[in-house]
Amino acid sequence: MEPGSANRIEHAAGNGLLNRRAFVQKSIVWLSATAAGSSMAATTGDSAPDWMKTPGAPFRGYGQPSPYTESAQRKHLQPYGEMAPGSGASVTPLQDLHGVITPNGLHFERSHNGVPAIDPEEHELIVHGMVGQALKFSYNDLLRYPTVTRTCFIECSGNGLFNSNLVSQPMQLPVGHLHGVMSTAEWTGVPLSILLDEAGMVTNAKWLLAEGADAAGMSRSIPVSKAMDDTMIALFQNGEPIRPEQGYPMRLLLPGFEGNTHVKWLRRIKVTDAPTYTKDETSKYSDLLPDGTANLFSLKMGVKSAITRPALPYKMAGKGFYEVSGLAWSGHGSVTRVEVSADTGRSWSDAELSAPILPMSPVRFRVPWHWDGSPSVLMSRAHDDQGNIQMPRSEWSAKYAVGHLYHNNSIQAWGIATDGEISNVWS
Amino acid sequence: MLMIAISLYVTSVQAAEVSPGLGQSIDSEEVSSVDISIDPRGENLPAGSGTAVSGATVYADKCAACHGTDANGGDGLADSLVGGIGTLATEKPVKTVISYWPYATTLFDYTRRAMPLDAPMTLTDEEVYAVSAYLLFLGGVIEETHELNAQSLREVQMPNRDGFQSVWPDM
Ligand code: HEC
Repeated sequence: MEPGSANRIEHAAGNGLLNRRAFVQKSIVWLSATAAGSSMAATTGDSAPDWMKTPGAPFRGYGQPSPYTESAQRKHLQPYGEMAPGSGASVTPLQDLHGVITPNGLHFERSHNGVPAIDPEEHELIVHGMVGQALKFSYNDLLRYPTVTRTCFIECSGNGLFNSNLVSQPMQLPVGHLHGVMSTAEWTGVPLSILLDEAGMVTNAKWLLAEGADAAGMSRSIPVSKAMDDTMIALFQNGEPIRPEQGYPMRLLLPGFEGNTHVKWLRRIKVTDAPTYTKDETSKYSDLLPDGTANLFSLKMGVKSAITRPALPYKMAGKGFYEVSGLAWSGHGSVTRVEVSADTGRSWSDAELSAPILPMSPVRFRVPWHWDGSPSVLMSRAHDDQGNIQMPRSEWSAKYAVGHLYHNNSIQAWGIATDGEISNVWS
Repeated sequence: MLMIAISLYVTSVQAAEVSPGLGQSIDSEEVSSVDISIDPRGENLPAGSGTAVSGATVYADKCAACHGTDANGGDGLADSLVGGIGTLATEKPVKTVISYWPYATTLFDYTRRAMPLDAPMTLTDEEVYAVSAYLLFLGGVIEETHELNAQSLREVQMPNRDGFQSVWPDM
């Protein structure tokens, strides 16, 4: 088969989207060709690379990425500049990552007054309020509790702000800026319900106030129903103690809820019968509507997907075969389906979803595409098992006030120009 | 009797299985030393009081550098804290403490825990009452001489008090 030829492969939707099994068929052909070729190649010391001819580096205590991959970095966003350098975010470089899990050093950060340097020996978690007995726990105490492990995303509800009602035209930014205040890890920790049971939470308790030990004293109200369901006090992130910027020594993890509620550097939980109406759940993470009223406690993150390849900041490398690949997730449950369009949404093809498909955990989706070099618009649309479907940007935008930026889970589109330039477009 | 003994035993085994029970009891004094959150009922507001008159000095010394002399923001400044009343349903909504926040207790709670940003938790409770009164006065919500204390703060009616609806089903 000629490279780049799609003639004999079944088309799944318009403008070159191929049946998702096309890659597999094609790679079989290619693999056998390679095997035949390699049996004929001669290998001698003269033709071997230098690193095969000198012993490599010895061992090290903590592994580091190859120096050739140093370009994969979080980019910082500091809305207040030098006045408040610790208020802002850094974004996961989705353009350089594959698969589902975010490496710990690239997990997005969001803080409101910097990352505290907490000595776990001096840190305590206090549980009080509507409980039989107020209790405190040391970090070492918590290490002796039963733990659970689950993979899930954390997404700041400001993810998508560069395509929100805050901006009047699409921003030309890397996919990490557009969607990268969402990261995924395997989290391990103590179910919060165990500590609430131990303190003897009273039956008419309805909310908790969770508070961090940072210089913003970050605090949020959390429904007791969520706390007793699947909330954990996370101590480990991808197997190692959670990173300072993710809340070391302990943070809340509320699968599917907006990032700000996963209070980091957790120091206190007060059981209450009503929300506390903290600054960050009224002034900030609330959703202003066109009629001037605002929604409070829109806690679950909507179903969403984004194409991370091809995507900004990169360019197309000429016409031919591409794997269109991205991430899809939902705070309501499991992703059931992701469709991809290469013709501005006129026709759609179902993408292959990577297993395992878990609730509140992203899936990687992939669909093969033959780009014929003509101007094209790529889009992805996710569905979840609660019946939610990602909506067009125009529809999302009309629901909210001018300037509103939270919970933008609308469809995002990449324009591909004939010269291979990629741009973020509103279609 | 035997039945009861068995069921008690089962319960305690279950409890032992799910928790090593290492939480240390703490008394109300220890709790109140860390319980700084204040809800709209204001039951947790501390003693003390202040007015806009003394609050103006606190603001000028400790807030103006970042939030502007008039507290209404601007280029290179942090969030504007006053103004914007009546703009929320327009093409140019301006969300500030005064135009948007439903409860004055949140202003006290947040200022006391997080401001000034470069030295949080350094204001006295008197200063927090005073600077809160000053911002509410600047925003036209209270009179300059109106004293804020644990009782009067929770009675302040914010302009956008009824502007919110919860979308969480189980309130
Ligand atoms: C060093 C700069 C700085 C100083 C000094 C400062 N602030 Fe702030 N303030 C900020 C920043 C930055 C934010 C936004 C914080 C965030 O990211 O959550 C903020 C947020 C606020 C907010 C929340 C605004 C909103 O609409 O959500 C209030 C209220 C506030 N400050 C009051 C005060 C008061 C009162 C003082 C003086 C006692 C003060 N600030 C001093 C920088 C400052």
